[in-house]
Amino acid sequence: MPDILRGGAVLLAVLAVAALPLLTDGYWLSIAVTIMMYTALSTSWALFSGPTHYIALSTGAFYGIGGYLVATGMSDFGTSFWSMMAIAPFVAALLAGAIGIATLRLSGVYFVIFTLGLAEMIRNLVSWVQNNFLGSKGLYVLTELEERHIYWMLLVVTLAVFLFGWRLGRSRMGFALRILGNDEEVARHVGIDTARTKVLLFMTTGFFAALVGAIVAPRYYYIEPNVVFSPELSFLVVIMALLGGTRRLYGPLLGVIPFTLLWEVVSASFPSATTMVLGLAFLLIVYLIPDGVTGLIGKLRKRSVP
Amino acid sequence: MTPGETILEVRGLTKRFGGLIAVNDLSFDVREHEVMGVIGPNGSGKSTTINLISGALRATSGSVLLEGHDLTAARPHETARFGISRTFQLVRILPALSVLENAVAGAVLGHRQRWGQEADAFAKDLLERVGLADKISVPVSALTYIDQKRLELARALAGEPEVLLLDEWLAGLNPSELQVGIDLISSLRAEGRTIILVEHVMDAIRSLCDRCVVMNSGQKIAEGTPAEVLSDPHVIAAYLGDS
Repeated sequence: MPDILRGGAVLLAVLAVAALPLLTDGYWLSIAVTIMMYTALSTSWALFSGPTHYIALSTGAFYGIGGYLVATGMSDFGTSFWSMMAIAPFVAALLAGAIGIATLRLSGVYFVIFTLGLAEMIRNLVSWVQNNFLGSKGLYVLTELEERHIYWMLLVVTLAVFLFGWRLGRSRMGFALRILGNDEEVARHVGIDTARTKVLLFMTTGFFAALVGAIVAPRYYYIEPNVVFSPELSFLVVIMALLGGTRRLYGPLLGVIPFTLLWEVVSASFPSATTMVLGLAFLLIVYLIPDGVTGLIGKLRKRSVP
Repeated sequence: MTPGETILEVRGLTKRFGGLIAVNDLSFDVREHEVMGVIGPNGSGKSTTINLISGALRATSGSVLLEGHDLTAARPHETARFGISRTFQLVRILPALSVLENAVAGAVLGHRQRWGQEADAFAKDLLERVGLADKISVPVSALTYIDQKRLELARALAGEPEVLLLDEWLAGLNPSELQVGIDLISSLRAEGRTIILVEHVMDAIRSLCDRCVVMNSGQKIAEGTPAEVLSDPHVIAAYLGDS
């Protein structure tokens, strides 16, 4: 397909997606917001964890920083939503940089466990600070923003993530990440500063996760650190990305849509079974479609063209 | 090609692992266009020496200079950019990348950097050069052992290194492949490349090396042309044992 046609098709699709709030509000819009939010989170997670195979379970921590900073800024310090939304991603990126420097030399399962533990630590630390020093009057995020505004902001973030991922895929750094994911030792010896590359990408995913957390904060109205620093969210982001597949930029999207719908049904009809479904989904995806839906499609295509 | 100026200087290089001294006060020079062999019995410190020069390990003391740049404390990506390329004792191919991408990998952030079509064209030439012209579209997993070694060599050459380190590049090849491999390295030598070769295969050392350093228990016990060192009584004793 010529580039101009492809560009036109993408533009039309984006416009159609952007027009959604004009057609519906209420239940379906709220689902669309959730889908948009997880698309941004899973896609940016996959930018780092896809090629490098460093499975980070810290998305919830960065997302929480976004939500919490907005809430504490507005409730405890009287700042505006917009300024906190602008600051939060940079705070998260700096934190991600520090975490990256400390942990990215850990390999495989140690990295996974460390990020999970770290996210829990941040959650408890923030709760402790909030309860002991900032007063426990409760954090309210009261804005004029409606669901559709949040939706449009998330759409912009999602587009930014895709644009970034698209550029990255065509850049030296993107290629360096793939080499690094194959063999770090080789990567170092062909001139790649592996530590710097990994830390920069990890900071980028932290940045986007916090931005999403900040934008979504008004949806909660009342924020408790224990709720926004959600370990469940970290797992959901990973599961959705793996379900869709991380080898293509649009892969996570194909996981987010079905899984969000499934999650809605499960949460509404069997609220006590969510954790079980989460675990079961993890097992099934890892055993049956380790390369996700996009990997499966690729395999079937290859088979049909002998 | 006649050797030129000294390009790499190894001075008093020492590496301790706890109480073990793997490389002990090793010094030698490598001149431009020269093929320098590093030989010695198993465990004599040859691979450690390669790892010290390439930055994979950091020296306890001593220094490595490449064209006057001090590489002693440099990390691997830095030595690569200064112009040191290497292959690995156990061949390391990038399994999820194509054959072409494997070769391009060496060019993108190496010593002389190339990107995009320029890198592809350069890598393609190198793949032909090492004998993989008809394997460019083959999946990496389908490559034979010697082809994997060729691919690794193409990757190492893709950054146009000043010095190429080959860590037992010929190991594991069968007799007919071995001759092909020796001829290939011999042709690199004829191009005037500077190579440090760690090798066990004596035929290769005799036919390829301008000079050799012989190591035993981490120390240099002889240096000279292959004919000289292989007739040296200390060297014979090191390989065959005393008395």
